[in-house]
Amino acid sequence: MYRQMVLIRHFEEHAAEAYAQAKIGGFLHLYIGEEAVAVGALAAARPTDPLLTHYRDHGYALARGCDPTRCMAELFGRATGLSRGRGGSMHLADRSRHFWGGHAIVGSHIPIGTGMAYAAKYHRREDVVLEFFGDGATGNGIFHEGLNMAALWKVPVVFICENNLYGMGATLAEESPVKDMVIRAEGYTMPARQCDGMDVLAVYETVQAACAHARGGNGPFFVECLTYRFRGHSMADPELYRDKEEVQRWRALDPIPRFGARLVAERLCTERELTAINEQVEQEMLQVVAAADAAPVPDPATVAEMIYANPIDPAAPVMALGAAPPPAPAAVLLGE
Amino acid sequence: MAASTYREAVRSALREEMERDPDVILLGESITGYGGSYAVTRGLVEEFGSHRVMETPIAEAGIVGFAVGAAMGGLRPVAELMTVNFALLALDQIVNSAAKFHYMFGGQWSVPMVVRTVSGFGQLGATHSQSFEGWFASVPGLKVVMPATPADAKGLLLSAIRDPDPVIFIEHSLLYSTRGPMPDDPAALVPIGRARVARAGTDVTVVAYSRMLLQALQAAEALEREDGCQCEVIDLRTLRPVDYPTVAASVRRTHRVVLCGEDWRSGGFGAALLAELQDLCFDDLDAPIARVAMRDVPLPYARNLEQALLPSSEQVVETVRSLL
Ligand SMILES: Cc1ncc(C[n+]2csc(CCOP(=O)(O)OP(=O)(O)O)c2C)c(N)n1
Ligand SMILES: [Mg+2]
Repeated sequence: MYRQMVLIRHFEEHAAEAYAQAKIGGFLHLYIGEEAVAVGALAAARPTDPLLTHYRDHGYALARGCDPTRCMAELFGRATGLSRGRGGSMHLADRSRHFWGGHAIVGSHIPIGTGMAYAAKYHRREDVVLEFFGDGATGNGIFHEGLNMAALWKVPVVFICENNLYGMGATLAEESPVKDMVIRAEGYTMPARQCDGMDVLAVYETVQAACAHARGGNGPFFVECLTYRFRGHSMADPELYRDKEEVQRWRALDPIPRFGARLVAERLCTERELTAINEQVEQEMLQVVAAADAAPVPDPATVAEMIYANPIDPAAPVMALGAAPPPAPAAVLLGE
Repeated sequence: MAASTYREAVRSALREEMERDPDVILLGESITGYGGSYAVTRGLVEEFGSHRVMETPIAEAGIVGFAVGAAMGGLRPVAELMTVNFALLALDQIVNSAAKFHYMFGGQWSVPMVVRTVSGFGQLGATHSQSFEGWFASVPGLKVVMPATPADAKGLLLSAIRDPDPVIFIEHSLLYSTRGPMPDDPAALVPIGRARVARAGTDVTVVAYSRMLLQALQAAEALEREDGCQCEVIDLRTLRPVDYPTVAASVRRTHRVVLCGEDWRSGGFGAALLAELQDLCFDDLDAPIARVAMRDVPLPYARNLEQALLPSSEQVVETVRSLL
């Protein structure tokens, strides 16, 4: 878990650098400071549990084991990117790892994960769907529609709210009448637990209990992780809405050195080993950036492909329609 | 040859697909005990159980989002949105989720789902009498179907449920009680993306879909009787993708075309169709492309005011005459 947090941190620092060099375009939302949430939560779930997240999604992709080079290639807009250069930073996905996407319309994935959980229950699969979103998402109606249905139909889903105190530039007090997001779950009679999102083990234990509840057929569970993003909302954010002291206070709780210190204190690891991990990861990231930078851009001739799984050409002769099966994931080829 | 109402045709498509494929589920508001606000799903919950015919909260965006997720999880959901007016609340899920995932995630998965909804009017007032097919038809990633006949309602719905992409299936409230012949093979599919020449003719092409097909056919009869004019009437059936080859082939023979719809003239589906046909057929045309559409007015309640706005067969007749 320590290594994963370091991996996410270094990956994103390199992404920020590449963004400054205009190698990455559009929006780039960094997860720096919040690594303990994705890492702790995903370690507590099964690797086959369907995962859906909001747009601040690099951390989850990496914690799920997605190839860092393909993640970086997606940010660089390359054909070998996770979403073949069609998605970008906010829309990473890797079906082979049961990562069903970063979703950039705030709250929109909440009923989607609920529907996936219903399908799992319908097919008697043991999956628990994991849905991550921010405090800001709880102000959107779609959040409430999704929670309502999840509770009504008792589907196996764990809702994980990353309360980082801000929804873009809105403070929690400006966007929500309740300070604690767990209160949102009460109206849906959904069990809920709050935990320290800067402590990877606290997140792990909380999400483990939540998954056990949902996997046991007891319906959804709501987890709130108290956390903080050390960087701006996106790379474009001048951070006029919060003061530097507050940021410093939270930086003192940085989940990476904090977990490292604990590993050393409990003699599970030495300082030297932690340093070695950091150095290894940094070397790996240098290679990741170089490989992503060398990857081919998508072929413009393919720009209108993949809009449909079953494209229909009214000019083509009629074939046996309705028989076309959706493409198997294995049939998705990389490159152009 | 067997006959059926449009309502029964939709219901039998749902029933037969549910029998054929255990992954097909229905969900929507008041679709179980109540039977659906247009009684389409009546009896299905008793037959298939509440885990396959799901009564939902009044939450259109949630319903469609849930259906998208259910489809990603391996089901074949058919979501009913009571009318297309309420579908506006679900536009985000339709446009930003269902229509986008296959492309935006690089073809990793598709969203095999159907949204069934209803256009129409009848003194229902401004919020309950609208037509938005043009909006849906403008979105790449969606397929949009509007059947006019019972046979098409069934055959197209069968195709829509089996299709791996999201399909917006728009029924018409004033068609539910119409009757029509059904094919001998009850499992016959009607392919998405194919128009049908509903009446052959040589003088003018009239393009219509959904309820306007009936208006267009009536107009064609009147024009034959009164003017000796032979209209070719095309039932578009699918609004995305449009079967331009069939329309263009007809215009090449008739050199005149009238486009009929019930949505607003400005920015309506007919406006987009007109622009495309002008590109395709300009050299074949002997007259400007003409339209029959709803005036840009919110539909009023009073019967006479509403009647004054509704596109009718008389308007089709007048419009055709203006081209001759
Ligand atoms: C429906 C919608 N409205 C507005 C936006 C623009 N927007 C992007 S992120 C964001 C803030 C979300 O805050 P929160 O849910 O707390 O997540 P965080 O960024 O803090 O991780 C906003 C307003 C959007 N993407 N979608
Ligand atoms: Mg936030």
